[in-house]
Amino acid sequence: MNKHATSNLKAEKIVGGVATDQRHDSAHKHVSGTAVYIDDMPEPAGTLHGCLGLSAAAHATITRMDLSAVRAASGVVDVLTAKDVPGENDISPTGRHDEPVLADGKVEFFGQPIFCVIAETREQARRATRLAKVEYKELPFVTDIGGLDPRKDKLVTPPLTLKRGDAAAAIKAAPRRLKGKMRVGGQEHFYLEGHIAMAVPGEDQDVTIYSSTQHPSEVQHMVSHALGIPSNAITVEIRRMGGGFGGKETQGNQFAALAAIAAKKHHRAVKIRPDRDDDMIATGKRHDFLVDYEVGFDDEGNILGVDFMFAARCGFSSDLSGPVTDRALFHCDNTYFWPAVHAQSAPLYTNTVSNTAFRGFGGPQGMVGAERVIDEVAFAVGKDPLEIRKKNFYGTSDRNITPYHQTVEDNIIQRIVTELEESACYARRRREISAFNANSRFVKRGLALTPVKFGISFTATHYNQAGALVHVYTDGSVHLNHGGTEMGQGLYLKVAQVVAEEFQIDLDQVKITATTTGKVPNTSATAASSGSDLNGMAAQNGARQIKDRLTDFAAEKYQVPRDQVLFLPNRVRIGNQEIAFADLVKQAYMARIQLSAAGFYKTPKIHWNRDKGEGRPFYYFAYGASCSEVSVDTLTGEYVVERTDILHETGRSLNRAIDLGQIEGGFIQGMGWLTTEELWWDDKGRLRTHAPSTYKIPLASDRPKIFNVTLADWPEASEPTIHRSKAVGEPPFPLGMSVLHALSDAVASVADHRICPRLDAPATPERVLMAIERLKGEAKA
Amino acid sequence: MTKIPVHLDINGRHHELQIEPRVTLLDALRERLGLTGTKKGCDHGQCGACTVHIDGERVLACLTLAAQAEGRAITTIEGLAREGELHPVQAAFLERDAFQCGYCTPGQIMSAVACIREGHAGSDEEIREYMAGNLCRCGAYPHIVAAVRQAAQEFAS
Ligand code: FES
Ligand code: FES
Repeated sequence: MNKHATSNLKAEKIVGGVATDQRHDSAHKHVSGTAVYIDDMPEPAGTLHGCLGLSAAAHATITRMDLSAVRAASGVVDVLTAKDVPGENDISPTGRHDEPVLADGKVEFFGQPIFCVIAETREQARRATRLAKVEYKELPFVTDIGGLDPRKDKLVTPPLTLKRGDAAAAIKAAPRRLKGKMRVGGQEHFYLEGHIAMAVPGEDQDVTIYSSTQHPSEVQHMVSHALGIPSNAITVEIRRMGGGFGGKETQGNQFAALAAIAAKKHHRAVKIRPDRDDDMIATGKRHDFLVDYEVGFDDEGNILGVDFMFAARCGFSSDLSGPVTDRALFHCDNTYFWPAVHAQSAPLYTNTVSNTAFRGFGGPQGMVGAERVIDEVAFAVGKDPLEIRKKNFYGTSDRNITPYHQTVEDNIIQRIVTELEESACYARRRREISAFNANSRFVKRGLALTPVKFGISFTATHYNQAGALVHVYTDGSVHLNHGGTEMGQGLYLKVAQVVAEEFQIDLDQVKITATTTGKVPNTSATAASSGSDLNGMAAQNGARQIKDRLTDFAAEKYQVPRDQVLFLPNRVRIGNQEIAFADLVKQAYMARIQLSAAGFYKTPKIHWNRDKGEGRPFYYFAYGASCSEVSVDTLTGEYVVERTDILHETGRSLNRAIDLGQIEGGFIQGMGWLTTEELWWDDKGRLRTHAPSTYKIPLASDRPKIFNVTLADWPEASEPTIHRSKAVGEPPFPLGMSVLHALSDAVASVADHRICPRLDAPATPERVLMAIERLKGEAKA
Repeated sequence: MTKIPVHLDINGRHHELQIEPRVTLLDALRERLGLTGTKKGCDHGQCGACTVHIDGERVLACLTLAAQAEGRAITTIEGLAREGELHPVQAAFLERDAFQCGYCTPGQIMSAVACIREGHAGSDEEIREYMAGNLCRCGAYPHIVAAVRQAAQEFAS
């Protein structure tokens, strides 16, 4: 049947354009269980399965590795070690050559992959792995950064310094000053679908890899290096991931490389899907930080100068630690103007898994540091932290230069916070909570309102480019492909909406197709919240090229000026007549007009000089704020989030339904990071929290009892972004900070709000209880 | 290891398998029968992604041996819809956008159907409590709870 026969040719608006609430494109498949993830794909006949052998020492040389029993085990086809890597044994994403596919003679963390068993079944591979006999000569190791000197100890990548004004002098001259230290924990991604790669060998050097990755181009390059064959022989494809959150930006490389090596060696398809425990042990996490701060301020709580040291546990290799720790510094101001500031990073080497990208990419850690400084000052001058926050906000026409010398041109935080303060009845509840706490002996309530400003763009300027491929077929239906990957965030849908809008055809005429390096090359990771901004623009550009050709064609054929060719819903008006879009396409095809285009986009205006610490790394900022109330049982430290109100902006939203989901989900994930999610290594350097039984992500029962989320409907992007929308992937994540600060507020009530609780994250019930005891003790003293 | 014959009654269809006795119901469904709608999140009974029904009650397929399910009525996500009509809980999840990446969704839906049937969907609080065994890392909980509530109300009326 002709598709265009079903399009409404009289419609006033297309179905599914931009700024409409469209359901996720896979919604029907998700509820019926028919959405295909990589592990659901039918396996080619003879598919082999891989299982990683992990090191049992945190830092050691391997003195003996006897794999004979493994090789002899039933079903085992091969055991790969470092020497089986035909090309380069390296998957360092930044080219620092510090991360082997398989460790070669030396291991640098407990759980590092040292060999990979390839067997007929997954079960056989897993069982055989346990038969390895590996002997180690242990070397000294360090897992925690607490005892390290950020200025002297080994770093995995060069540090960054940001400075504006003379912070030391400003602090010294300030009427009041204080110093402190904060620990901010890491976080396991716990994407519900674990890592997976399936490599299918082709003829000659060819290999196709289905990889659960946010960065197909990088997987392609890594496999190319590991195999020692050119990129043009390698195709990487991903239709959807069951969650990524940054954990699949670089961490899929290892599985893809090993699957590809085995597939080429044995001429059979190879699938590697680690167990949840192995996934949690062998892949990187959010960086945890120790933040040292010193601040100078006056009696009113105006901050005059700040000095920060952000020391991060990076693990044994650099991975993305450079840009992650940079981004922490880029957010050490959050929404605040620091009149004089000095901030330094220390990406420290440790014998732990190499930490990596995670939603926010260091930014949230930076902001938590900024908020701690605010809290300290508020307690020091005896005022409500919200008052101190507002006092120190960036201005709009002055007080608007960041520590990296970019001017904040689009500041709307005052209005966001004012509106949220009102809608959440902050002042009234503040009074009610004081009254409640005065009358409640053991249960104490706490309230906090925290702001968010998040910088949008990859800080590595060259990543801010994107490509798309748009085909229009002769029946008027459209095939869309772009470099972005789908992990649940609704990117495919948003970009399809953009293309539907551009052609003025119903959304169901636009077919969304799996991301593959064969269609759009040299793409950037779907990360840094940039997915819709970059790919939406690239797809729009592709569609516009075709539209331009159609317009030229119609103008010539019907002898009308170009401006009399108008794309209306599902039809085109040419002069005084209207014809169906599909009919115009058909005519254009007959006249040999090209109906396919490669779209491209690069973000304008941005630049960054890392050596100087100056530039405009961000195209724009996204803003939001949240207000949380908690109740804490001061005898046990256990707590409940009673209510959270959020006001967040996404410019002129492409799809409010999708954006709302991102905001709620981001908040919940951020709350988990700062409250219950705790990573713990034992004295052997072994990660002990490697399963959901020991690592606590938020459950349905953990979400705030009352949860009001509002999308600010008045802002629009000040820059010409895609339909003036703004990014929404990461900015909501730090909204979770209001829970940490509400807990801090509740804890502070046991000492009459005179002592800053200095509550570190994650604020587990245990840590909350310890803070309560400490404050009670200090209050007595 | 020796294989044993196992007869499984899944979504009203009868299947005969020759499998090792320790094969889990989850692996039997996904790897032997091509019923990949049921997901593997942890394989340790800790995430709920593999939830299916046996004789109408929710169980974790990764903790259940296929052989234990012999002769009992198994329902998976693929068996919920009737003649192409979504089950009301599926329809409610669709309407309420109760997912992002979708990986937890089949398990959430199977749990939700049972939760309602057990009479544990009376209030949001109760729903949150009785759905707490199903993790959603995307944090779609507000919409999941709303979907369960909506479906429960439809059943009640
Ligand atoms: S896979 Fe069965 S509970 Fe997680
Ligand atoms: S929708 Fe992604 S885990 Fe629930």
